Amino acid sequence: MMNPRNKSFGEWLVTLPSFVWLFILFVIPTLIVFTIAFKPADPWGGIGEGWTLDTLISLGNPNYPAIIWRTIWLSLVTTVVCIALALPMGYYIARAPARWRRLLLLLTVIPFWTSFLIRIFAWKVLLHPDGYVKRALVFLRLSEEGTMLLYRSEAVLLVMVYTLLPFAILPIFAAAEKFDFRLVEAARDLGAGKLRAFRQVFIPGIQRGLLTAVLMVLIPALGMYIIPDLVGGPRSEMVGNKIAQRTFVDRNLPHASALSAGLTLAVMAPMLVVLMMQGRRREEHEVR
Amino acid sequence: MKRSRIPLYTTIAVLVFFYLPIFVLIIHSFNASRFSGSWEGFSLRWYIRLFTEREIWYALRNTLIVAFSTTVVSMVLGTIAAFALHRFNTRLQRVHYTLIYTPLVVPDILMGISLLLFFVAIGVQLGLFTIFLAHTSFCVSYVAMVVLARLQDFDFSVIEAAQDLGANWWTIAWRVLLPLLAPGIAAGGLLAFTLSIDDFVITFFVTGPGATTLPIQIYSMIKHGSPPLINALSTILLVVTFLIIWTVQHLTEDERTHENA
Repeated sequence: MMNPRNKSFGEWLVTLPSFVWLFILFVIPTLIVFTIAFKPADPWGGIGEGWTLDTLISLGNPNYPAIIWRTIWLSLVTTVVCIALALPMGYYIARAPARWRRLLLLLTVIPFWTSFLIRIFAWKVLLHPDGYVKRALVFLRLSEEGTMLLYRSEAVLLVMVYTLLPFAILPIFAAAEKFDFRLVEAARDLGAGKLRAFRQVFIPGIQRGLLTAVLMVLIPALGMYIIPDLVGGPRSEMVGNKIAQRTFVDRNLPHASALSAGLTLAVMAPMLVVLMMQGRRREEHEVR
Repeated sequence: MKRSRIPLYTTIAVLVFFYLPIFVLIIHSFNASRFSGSWEGFSLRWYIRLFTEREIWYALRNTLIVAFSTTVVSMVLGTIAAFALHRFNTRLQRVHYTLIYTPLVVPDILMGISLLLFFVAIGVQLGLFTIFLAHTSFCVSYVAMVVLARLQDFDFSVIEAAQDLGANWWTIAWRVLLPLLAPGIAAGGLLAFTLSIDDFVITFFVTGPGATTLPIQIYSMIKHGSPPLINALSTILLVVTFLIIWTVQHLTEDERTHENA
């Protein structure tokens, strides 16, 4: 058989290709973002010489806190709505008979594979002043002729839920599929109500899948750019829009970097929380 | 015991919510009217118009060049990475796993801006080549995850048997491992292909003059162009996507029947 030195050579050989590729095209670019945030902009849209804190200070500009706040609450509401819909749906798919389960799963996966842009465009057409949603709402007297459905935060929220919901359903289903439903029945036999059995037995049982689902919705939502760009207006901009504007409209790359660095830190926060929670659970498990 | 009906109703409501907009879009691609609010009869005029738009053909050509090169390179890199992750259990592989996993969760826009800054910093000309580099960087991770999942229920005694029969590593990789992993690698490759032809945000950041891909073209049509034309183009893309999903489903299903047998 192979001696240890040979083995570690073999390991390096199969690790290096992807490692080097991602180091150069993922790790280094991420570090560059944090570096350029401390560089001045030059007048030609490039990056100037020397170091400065001006870019970070200019983030104190009164526009930003409102946009950051909006980004956070839109992402949180999207996550809550997605989880609220994904929980009963994941539960239902996991308990469905095998044939139905395959079909339901396929129907959940298809939107996950279809183009983001096309799915957003479909809603833009529906919410358009001449679109069906608007006409249905007017017909039901829920909306007035002059109300604009597009270009507002509610439209952004609706489309974010639409595009991110499959990301919540799949991990919850995956966890529910492995869950032993006899536990819920046992709880019911012992006198727990439907809701109580669901909340105190099912939810803790699928905790890991639930946490994954939260991350899979919350993180892309925090970095969302294309949805507020297409169905939102100036009053529903998110941090992602500002990054794109600083990059393409005013060509101020240090400013775009500073915003991106902030967003990177904001995205890492929920990830670390979940990793810590999972780590603690694993320890508890080992102690037992 | 009587079960709650809430899960059933939620599932039905969510499926209607998922598919209604897509159906409306598909039906409207056959509408003779320019406006989405009125139906003026069945027509293929938007599909015919689509064929005469030179910009769309050009964008399609670019998209396919990028998607094919991305698929090939990320299939090779992703498969090797999955093998390393599965075969070795060392500190290096834990770092390697984090490196593979993180691009899957990082928001598109952060990947786009960081790659743009990187390409600007080293002075690479932006264009199809930079789009290919960017797409491969996130597709490697997807392929690696799909292949890794397949390796986890892989019977390694086959490899030991091959070793006992005197096969060297090269023979084992080519004649045993690769054929058995082929469905997983193909599924990963199709995922990479779909992700590449669909990607807008990252491409938007790293594209250069003249390097228009289909999503970039669709985006500028949404911003300035005519909606019925986008409906027709979207319908064609949806059909292509359905075919790919069907193929992937087929690839994974074959495996399942084997396991049961």
